[in-house]
Amino acid sequence: MRAIRNVSRRGFLKSTAAAGFIIGLQLPNKIVQGQQAVEDDKFAPNLFVRIDDQGTVTIIAPRPDMGQAVRTALPQILADELEADWDRIEVEQALADVKYGPQGVGASDSVRDSFMMLRQAGAAARQMLVQAAANEWGVDAGDCEARMHKVYHPASGRSADYGELAMAASTLPVPDADSLTLKDAADFRYIGQDMEIVDLRDIVRGKAQYGIDTVVPGMKYASVVRCPVFGGKVKSFDDSAALDVAGVERVFEIEGGGGAPSYNSLGGVAVVANSTWAAKKGADALSIEWDMGPNAVYNSDAYKTLLQERVRQPGKLIREQGDVEQGMASAAKTVEAEYYVPHLVHATMEPMAAVAHVEGDKVQLWMPTQDPQGTKSFINQALGFADENITINCTLMGGGFGRKSKADFGVEAVRISREIGAPVKVTWSRENEIQHGYYHAVCAQRLRAGLDHDGRAIAWHHCTAFPSIGSTFQEGATYGLEFEINQGVVDVPFDIPNIRCENAEAEAHVRIGWFRSVCNINHAFAFNSFVSEMAEAAGADPGAYLLQLMGEPRYFDPSNEKTKFWNYGKETADYPFDTGRLSHVIRVAMDKAGWGRDLPKGHGLGVAAHRSFLTYVAAVVEVAVDDNGDLSIPAVHYAVDCGLVVNPDRIRAQVEGGAVYGVSLALNGEITMREGAVEQSNFHDYEVCRIDNAPEVHVHIIESDEKPTGIGEPPVPPFAPALINAIHAATGKRIRTLPIRDQLRA
Amino acid sequence: MITLSVNGEEREFDGDPEMPLLWYLRDELGYTGTKFGCGAGLCGACTVHQDGVATRSCMTQMLDVDGVAITTIEGLSKDGSHPVQLAWIKHKVPQCGYCQAGQIMQAASLLAENSNPSDEDIDTAMWGNICRCGTYQRVRAAIKTAAGDL
Repeated sequence: MRAIRNVSRRGFLKSTAAAGFIIGLQLPNKIVQGQQAVEDDKFAPNLFVRIDDQGTVTIIAPRPDMGQAVRTALPQILADELEADWDRIEVEQALADVKYGPQGVGASDSVRDSFMMLRQAGAAARQMLVQAAANEWGVDAGDCEARMHKVYHPASGRSADYGELAMAASTLPVPDADSLTLKDAADFRYIGQDMEIVDLRDIVRGKAQYGIDTVVPGMKYASVVRCPVFGGKVKSFDDSAALDVAGVERVFEIEGGGGAPSYNSLGGVAVVANSTWAAKKGADALSIEWDMGPNAVYNSDAYKTLLQERVRQPGKLIREQGDVEQGMASAAKTVEAEYYVPHLVHATMEPMAAVAHVEGDKVQLWMPTQDPQGTKSFINQALGFADENITINCTLMGGGFGRKSKADFGVEAVRISREIGAPVKVTWSRENEIQHGYYHAVCAQRLRAGLDHDGRAIAWHHCTAFPSIGSTFQEGATYGLEFEINQGVVDVPFDIPNIRCENAEAEAHVRIGWFRSVCNINHAFAFNSFVSEMAEAAGADPGAYLLQLMGEPRYFDPSNEKTKFWNYGKETADYPFDTGRLSHVIRVAMDKAGWGRDLPKGHGLGVAAHRSFLTYVAAVVEVAVDDNGDLSIPAVHYAVDCGLVVNPDRIRAQVEGGAVYGVSLALNGEITMREGAVEQSNFHDYEVCRIDNAPEVHVHIIESDEKPTGIGEPPVPPFAPALINAIHAATGKRIRTLPIRDQLRA
Repeated sequence: MITLSVNGEEREFDGDPEMPLLWYLRDELGYTGTKFGCGAGLCGACTVHQDGVATRSCMTQMLDVDGVAITTIEGLSKDGSHPVQLAWIKHKVPQCGYCQAGQIMQAASLLAENSNPSDEDIDTAMWGNICRCGTYQRVRAAIKTAAGDL
């Protein structure tokens, strides 16, 4: 069983004797450094692989898992180059530490940005084992080869297991990254294979440990009541009833931070008890008077109207090519539409939970976190613990979707543990999770297009308004950040001569956060819906029209169009936006879905496509709408091009799940605010997709030897617009506001 | 004093009779395979068997389980060999895995009553179990496989 053990490396090495072989590695772009020779000093940092004298290979998973299978995919990459036997591998989760390079999981970049680093780590270990064998046998390393946990010397027929070679290998210098020979793709043993996730067997037996399952000796349990309105404060509270609850030990106020929310905990009243249940019962018995603060003015209905008015006015110019108004003036036909997406909350199945143990100036945290290093750094800066005194154990996450990128719940646990001088587990209720989130931003958009006599687009005008994630880190931020406007606005690659994109202001009144695929959800919904509306105006097939807008295959880069092309932080030289790849996935999805075939009455097909996180995705949804306006989704076809694939089964799983995430937000997903407080509280009024609404998803992976990109998020954006376009095809009804809810009912 | 059996072991409980079974299993017995998801019987993450029938442990108070036999995911089989667990492995159902113990317990209960469930039967039985990762199509496939292997 490859059970995760979050033992510290130091402790582990002490307890497993000196026998072993450790490879030191540096930050991603300086991977394997010659001067970091492997020596007897096994406590050297930057470790990704360790081999003991029994040949057990321990691979350090640098990034934590939230269901996207990085604890499997990343070790797969290393094990492949190492030529290790997968059955002799143990995976150990890394603690939060900058020495591992990037550890965050939240931008669909784990495989993309760790791929080469881990290949090099595996290759370095393999080359050293080969060298150790060659030295032992007095032969040339070039005449030896590594295969499935053994080194062979074919000429003499000798062979040795990695376990036999580990000690000798540990005395050799680590080769420079430049001197490593990486395997040919044709020789990949695990990359490209459907390896079973390392936690699968623990999961089906109930043995996998998530953050909420953490138990520490002497641990107390806490529940916190926070102000219903973001930015509000405790005025006074009566704890007498809470303290009367059997098991409740202490009740006290915990401070929150002022200013931008960042990763700080919210203020509130904490109830500490000897069980989760007693803490919850105590919290329910509290009587608190709040000062609701300035955000009590926030009503999401009024805010919607405000943003809709704003996108009808000129906004900040964020991309311009040609002259849109001239294009509109010369158009034979113009099309205009407005779209709206509400707030959403992540609703991870595991609510926020963390265990903190403060002892003097040291703190240890067990936490399901998507941002190990950011959490550490925040605790360092905001709570004053020295970096070396903070230990963050990254547990499995019961879902993340962006919510667990925020450290607020861990910070809260640390504050409580510091106050009581004992380890404590803070468990959020579902109501807490729904009502104290970092919400997906509402978004109002207006699109206009001018078509010539042939129906071809000659002008494109897109204005978007949404409260920015920038406001979470900088008070008063009202415009979208570069990465946000590069998620389906300025990076729309249509071949149209006159383009203008604008961003209107939007003040935030709640904490705004990343939500699986972020602004791509709003923008891909709007522009893909709008393409279908343009096709209708042009009297064209929506799929053919979308392909026509893509134009001839080319590398799209709007950098010289008064915009900054973000490209997910990557150079276009390394990851060009190839419109040919986007058109290809559209064609594949349409073809597999049987685009153009005769459909039963009430059925319709819709297509949408988007490149996000450097991955090209197209979805074709088949919908069936009955006379009552009830819909079902008989099938969804996805085509995805995410470059070279490490684990195809997990790619399929992410796409299947991305579609379901799309169903949730398209059908019923909506968080509303009244007087600053969230109106929903649990799964009865924040409805998510259940099994009866889950479509059969067919995933078509484009074979590619391009660099691997991302997969966790990219399947989400095209789903809702493909569904909306399918509904239009089936019924003639055009939905421009999400969620659909009862809009199809007469 | 409340007496019950959990995974075949006799237990006695004299704490708060209103405490949900979920927290007794997790906090007192350490059976953390049973998960907290909503506390309101809306998501199914806390599903266990009460005398063989799937039930939501977050909505079951300790006073309701006097004389009852409870089975959690840890007790479904000795070694993970229940047909539902094997089917879950075969179809690689879990992503994050958090809801899966509840899904498996619900599916095992369904199959105990109905060895050949239709899609509609599966929808009805599994409707209360939410998976935010969206593993539903594999849940469905795995239930059909397990039904065939029973």
